[in-house]
Amino acid sequence: MDLVSLEHVGKTYRLGEVEISALTEVSLTVKEGAFACLVGPSGSGKTTILNLIGCLDQPSSGKVLVTGQDTSALGRREAAVFRGQHLGFVFQGFNLLPVLTVYENVEYPLLMIRHLPKAERGAAVTRVLEAVGIGDQRDKYPDQLSGGQRQRVAVARALVGKPALVLADEPTANLDHATAGMVIGLMKQMRDQFGTTFIFSTHDPRIVSQAETLYTLSDGRLVDVRAGQAGVKEADHD
Amino acid sequence: MINILRLAFKNLTRYKRRSILTGLLIVLGVGAVIVFTGLSDSFKRLMIGQITDSMLSHLQVHKKGYVASIDNLPLNLNLSPTAYQRLAGMLKAEPALAGFAPRLKLGAMLSNFETTTAVRINGIDPEAENLVAPDLKDRVSGREPGQPLVGRGEILLPEVLARGLDLKPGSEVVVVATNQEGSVNGLPLKVGGVVASVMGPGGRDGYMHIDDAAALLRMNAPEISEVAVRLTDFDQLDQVAARLKAALGEFKNPKGMPMFELHTWADLAPFAHIARLIDLMTVFIKAILVAVVLISILNVMMMSVFERVREIGTLMAIGTTPAKVAQLFLAEGFILGLISSLAGAAVGVGTIAALNATKVSFLFGMGQQIVLAPTIGAGTVLAVCLIVIAVAALASLHPAMKASRLEPVEALRHV
Repeated sequence: MDLVSLEHVGKTYRLGEVEISALTEVSLTVKEGAFACLVGPSGSGKTTILNLIGCLDQPSSGKVLVTGQDTSALGRREAAVFRGQHLGFVFQGFNLLPVLTVYENVEYPLLMIRHLPKAERGAAVTRVLEAVGIGDQRDKYPDQLSGGQRQRVAVARALVGKPALVLADEPTANLDHATAGMVIGLMKQMRDQFGTTFIFSTHDPRIVSQAETLYTLSDGRLVDVRAGQAGVKEADHD
Repeated sequence: MINILRLAFKNLTRYKRRSILTGLLIVLGVGAVIVFTGLSDSFKRLMIGQITDSMLSHLQVHKKGYVASIDNLPLNLNLSPTAYQRLAGMLKAEPALAGFAPRLKLGAMLSNFETTTAVRINGIDPEAENLVAPDLKDRVSGREPGQPLVGRGEILLPEVLARGLDLKPGSEVVVVATNQEGSVNGLPLKVGGVVASVMGPGGRDGYMHIDDAAALLRMNAPEISEVAVRLTDFDQLDQVAARLKAALGEFKNPKGMPMFELHTWADLAPFAHIARLIDLMTVFIKAILVAVVLISILNVMMMSVFERVREIGTLMAIGTTPAKVAQLFLAEGFILGLISSLAGAAVGVGTIAALNATKVSFLFGMGQQIVLAPTIGAGTVLAVCLIVIAVAALASLHPAMKASRLEPVEALRHV
């Protein structure tokens, strides 16, 4: 079943008098439970697609469907509510709240957005922190953690609300190769454990190899869709 | 909401030095306003007490037109004994009065047999005068304890005049006055005491018994220039004055015109203008505080928004609605205002308590030592705190709206 569907999506930005086309006639689908990767050089439109799927931006043309809902024309508030209910985000710069501890950062979506009771929040946060392997760091602040640990916290925050889809824009760009591999491995493990669909973008060919489906972009156009090495291996294995 | 307040508080601790400096500015402002209000109110109350309790009393009733000519002490505008009796009957029926006293005022010449000078004489009933101007006796030196305020055959002289004529209690003088018919009469009197100066009209007034004043003017029964009225509760002044004015309006002269006029102390004492100026200054000081709070909170919150654009983008990306982002920044301003105003109130009230404990005094008038006893009502402190908190929240409104209007995709891109 398709969790994400882009139909003839175009996106243009206006820079003064000049109109810049970031995406042209992009159509793609991402299946539920996928571990999909957007690849392509800088400026190819990876982040734009992630922003459109994440309801952070609206397409200039075409339609974006996420969990079956057309999100192309959601208002600011509706989009925020939709993101809070269905989506998780992992950012390149981790984007943790510096004044909150690890536990509080992960608890934030359940406390401030979902408004869950304390016991329910506590159980969910503990479960996800254990799952990403930083249960023992729960009382530390982000500046007391390494880059890899911070990204684990970010993954935990993205997953704690059991979203249908996690979007990760270059999640390993600020990490060394070993840590990057570990983070991608962790995301895949979480996909397996929680059944969450992951879409991420990267430049790194070594990370690309972890993807099951690859969407290749160039100059704002989708030029190739194919199974990644991981997907091929899994298919071979099956 | 409690979660938003908790997060807002944590955000304030992020830039500790900035938050503390802004808070200190507000603390100083609130403290200064409370101390200034306490001191100015205390000074005002003290001065009004000096003027009303030792001289004017709270209200005065005269024959219509008297106050307009009061500098001339016009004898033709005195109340007849019959008119005074009618007025006294009405005043006795008013339950809000502590008492009233008739006065016969006149201009006279005073001689120590070597030098002659002009003097303003107040003929008073000593018993009644003690009721309406209870502090007058404290201004009089040279009287024995238990003696009436002024006895028959005595005159109390203002100290400026006594010093000028080298007169002391026990000195003999003669007072000469012209009555309404134009006949001149003199009365030998003994100086019964010296009256210390006080601010406002009457600083050069002398006092004698009302019967002596009537005899000096060759009146069969004393006519009355003014009736001083004291209330049991000064705070009821406006209400009682309005009630008495209405009642006095019933008294008409043969021409059908009002017979009496009533004035409060504020109508008669120039200090009332100073009191109003002090009130205006208090308002001005509060306006400065509002500006300080407004500018400092607006500044710190705007900086906070500009420095946290990316973080705002993150909050929005993970599902925080624009309204909740605005609430977060409003809450930061509110908490900064709340904590600072409470600390400022504590500083202000503490300073007032310290001033009271150290009994700060200053010289006023002719060597009079005034002890400042500043007080501040809980209502005033609460009002100042509420104003500061409201202004702090108001100052946060613009930054909060700015934060909530950020586009998440642009905010996340912000470096």
